[in-house]
Amino acid sequence: MEHGFDLDSAFAALADPTRRGILARLALGEATVNELAEPFDMTQPAISQHLKVLEKAGLVVQRIDGTKRPRRLSKTGIDAMDQWLAMLRKALEKNYERLDQVLAAMDSNSKGEKR
Amino acid sequence: MNTMTPLTLKTEGDTHIVVTRHFAASPEAVYRAHTDPKLLQKWLLGPEGWTMPVCINDARPGGKFRYEWAHPKKPGFYIAGEFLEVVPYSKIVHVERMYLPDPTPENHVETRFEADGDGTLMTIRMTLPDSKTRAMMLSSGMDKGMEASYARLETML
Repeated sequence: MEHGFDLDSAFAALADPTRRGILARLALGEATVNELAEPFDMTQPAISQHLKVLEKAGLVVQRIDGTKRPRRLSKTGIDAMDQWLAMLRKALEKNYERLDQVLAAMDSNSKGEKR
Repeated sequence: MNTMTPLTLKTEGDTHIVVTRHFAASPEAVYRAHTDPKLLQKWLLGPEGWTMPVCINDARPGGKFRYEWAHPKKPGFYIAGEFLEVVPYSKIVHVERMYLPDPTPENHVETRFEADGDGTLMTIRMTLPDSKTRAMMLSSGMDKGMEASYARLETML
């Protein structure tokens, strides 16, 4: 387990849609605060505040590049993204489990009985 | 109930999302379940508690569709779009936007149904306008999945 990670602060960090959006953006690669603020209709200080929470939770790390401080996902952050994708799969899977039942009913309907 | 989910979801390149799922039914049946409003209303519902009171689906090139979802306690939303290409039982290409109520960027979706053993392999390939839109879409989808799956995540971590 990566240093600085604790489950409670990770969950608190994940409980906010903007922060989840930031992680999803960082999953595509390193980004500066400016780049992160762009899709969110939020001020830079507001984004920085969210980043602070994500960094404290051990999900995001920063690098120093001259005057820039690009952020990227930590190993923990990457794992968290994987968990999210797993959840999205589960949400879709719920639909398709229902569809399995609809298909089974169509099949038995075409054989003439049951619903 | 399966212990392993038979669904795959992955990102591809900068702007694609690809979903695959196997069904124990013919491509004809799976295709019908994706185009017949009466059937769609039974399964395309997301987390528990949601219903689809409006389901319009005119599956032919240039035809429109509109799906409206409702929940007893939450604001409803809808997805509307247009079919670009329709090959009965094997392929549907459409564009869609979600209205929350503001429209999301356009999502281009190609859905294929192929015979796979005695069932069907469905492959959905979504193309978003850019990587940021895809990131936003994945994170909003995660929001919805989160409601139903938060407890499960805790046990997984």
